[in-house]
Amino acid sequence: MSIIEAKNLWKEYGRDVVLEDVHLRVAAGDFVTVVGASGCGKSTFLRMLLGEETPTRGTLLLDGAAMPEEPGPDRGVVFQKYSVFPHLTALGNVLLAEELEQANITARLLGRPRREAMARAQAMLERVGLADAADKYPSQLSGGMQQRLAIAQALMKNPRILLLDEPFGALDPGIRKDMHALILELWERLDITIFMVTHDLKEGFDLGTRLLVFDKTRVDPHAPNAYGATITYDIPLQQGLRSDDRLPAAVRAGLSSTPDEESA
Amino acid sequence: MKRLINQRPGRVLGAVLALLPFALVVLAYMAASAARLADNPGDKLLPSLMSMAEALVRLATEPSRRTGEILLWADTAASLARLLTGVAISMALALIVGTATGLIPYLRRSLSPFLAALAMIPPLSILPILFITFGVGELSKVVLIIFGILPFMMRDLQQRVEEIPGEQFVKAQTLGGSTWQILLRVAIPQTLPRLFDATRLALGAAWLFLIAAEAIAAEQGLGYRIFLVRRYLDMQTILPYVAWITLLAFSLDWLLRRVNHWLFPWYVTGRAK
Ligand SMILES: Nc1ncnc2c1ncn2[C@@H]1O[C@H](COP(=O)(O)OP(=O)(O)O)[C@@H](O)[C@H]1O
Ligand SMILES: [Mg+2]
Repeated sequence: MSIIEAKNLWKEYGRDVVLEDVHLRVAAGDFVTVVGASGCGKSTFLRMLLGEETPTRGTLLLDGAAMPEEPGPDRGVVFQKYSVFPHLTALGNVLLAEELEQANITARLLGRPRREAMARAQAMLERVGLADAADKYPSQLSGGMQQRLAIAQALMKNPRILLLDEPFGALDPGIRKDMHALILELWERLDITIFMVTHDLKEGFDLGTRLLVFDKTRVDPHAPNAYGATITYDIPLQQGLRSDDRLPAAVRAGLSSTPDEESA
Repeated sequence: MKRLINQRPGRVLGAVLALLPFALVVLAYMAASAARLADNPGDKLLPSLMSMAEALVRLATEPSRRTGEILLWADTAASLARLLTGVAISMALALIVGTATGLIPYLRRSLSPFLAALAMIPPLSILPILFITFGVGELSKVVLIIFGILPFMMRDLQQRVEEIPGEQFVKAQTLGGSTWQILLRVAIPQTLPRLFDATRLALGAAWLFLIAAEAIAAEQGLGYRIFLVRRYLDMQTILPYVAWITLLAFSLDWLLRRVNHWLFPWYVTGRAK
């Protein structure tokens, strides 16, 4: 059975159509990368998978049941920024997941449960290469380290699905390479399903087992928001076999958005 | 020569420049006072610095003949008790109500317009109501301070919560947090340093309402004293009291500023970036 299934999915804000007629089935364990022009609705699609937004038409299923209408611990998320809590240290950020789970009223752990949770949190920090930064606040960490921390924090709940919205978009190319290695290693080891939005087509081809292209199939020049985007290409990928020549050049040109344009 | 906007004073010159206006005011006062006293040795309007210092020592060391208390300290204790009670209660209420309305749409929808309307009422205009309802004792003065600063503080904190990026609340939900847990671990800790900032801003108004209430009905207090001795044109008492109130206000402001450095290192380093 598919872990995610969308049937005739629409998303509209008032009279603006953002997404229209999206059909999709994703099997558990897939690494789905999502590309598309800036403002075409990639984040909106991810927010629907998160439960932060609800579709205006059609059905969206999680494991065959209706998608919950709010975020939950089975779907972890990393945004481009603001994913970690500035008032907690790196360890505190990761520990928070355990504290929220185990202490309903105080949301804090004391004594032995706290020591055990801290050990697990420290192990998770080690896993993403942040063992030495446990006592630092996010503002003292580099951009790459902050994203590592956000990933570690998201993985503490053992989510079945990990949603990544341009997580490496603000990072330097060298750092981005390290992050690719990290995310691939975690994906292989943890057996989770990943949706990753990126504005870097090469990144999409390199990382994914499946690449989705969002684009508008019809455009009304007098009313740019009259029609929404849908999935125009759905390309199965074999990792390591990285060639983007399966996409027509015109499509590729439309996708090469720079981070600066990516303000929406 | 560099542009004026690019020129900065060094350490020593900076300190001199900072002290200069104070020194000028004191010098101007001394000159004016000396001139008036030369004209009329019995002048009460601009007493000499010496006679003010003597009056201050008397107020701070000699028990009053009428009550047996040392006036300056009794007045200070009474005023600070009122001020700090009012400010502390306002801080607690502002934190609870402000973060809750900032976080929970139902509460915000039902309370925000009401609080905005409440904030429009000039606090001093309800002072008679407070005296009638709570009597002329301590309670009405504390309530006036709360009424004067709480609406502003609540709205400020609510806005701070709304400024927290939505990503953080989504993230907390994906970590399994309930509304209560998110309030406790995300909204409140991130607004706490703002609470101390908001309190610093509200402190000026709190002093205003304290002194106004004391001027109208009290048996002791800093504001009560300066309005009492005004009848005798007792500038020897009024001026040192005003200086003392200023020093107290300055110290409280400094203390609140330090609190953020001591308690919330992430707030200070985060802003510096
Ligand atoms: N809450 C909202 N209300 C109205 N319009 C929105 C809202 N969120 C997104 N949009 C619009 O939906 C479109 C798609 O946005 P988004 O999903 O962020 O695009 P992107 O593909 O760059 O991630 C944009 O035109 C944006 O203006
Ligand atoms: Mg986006």
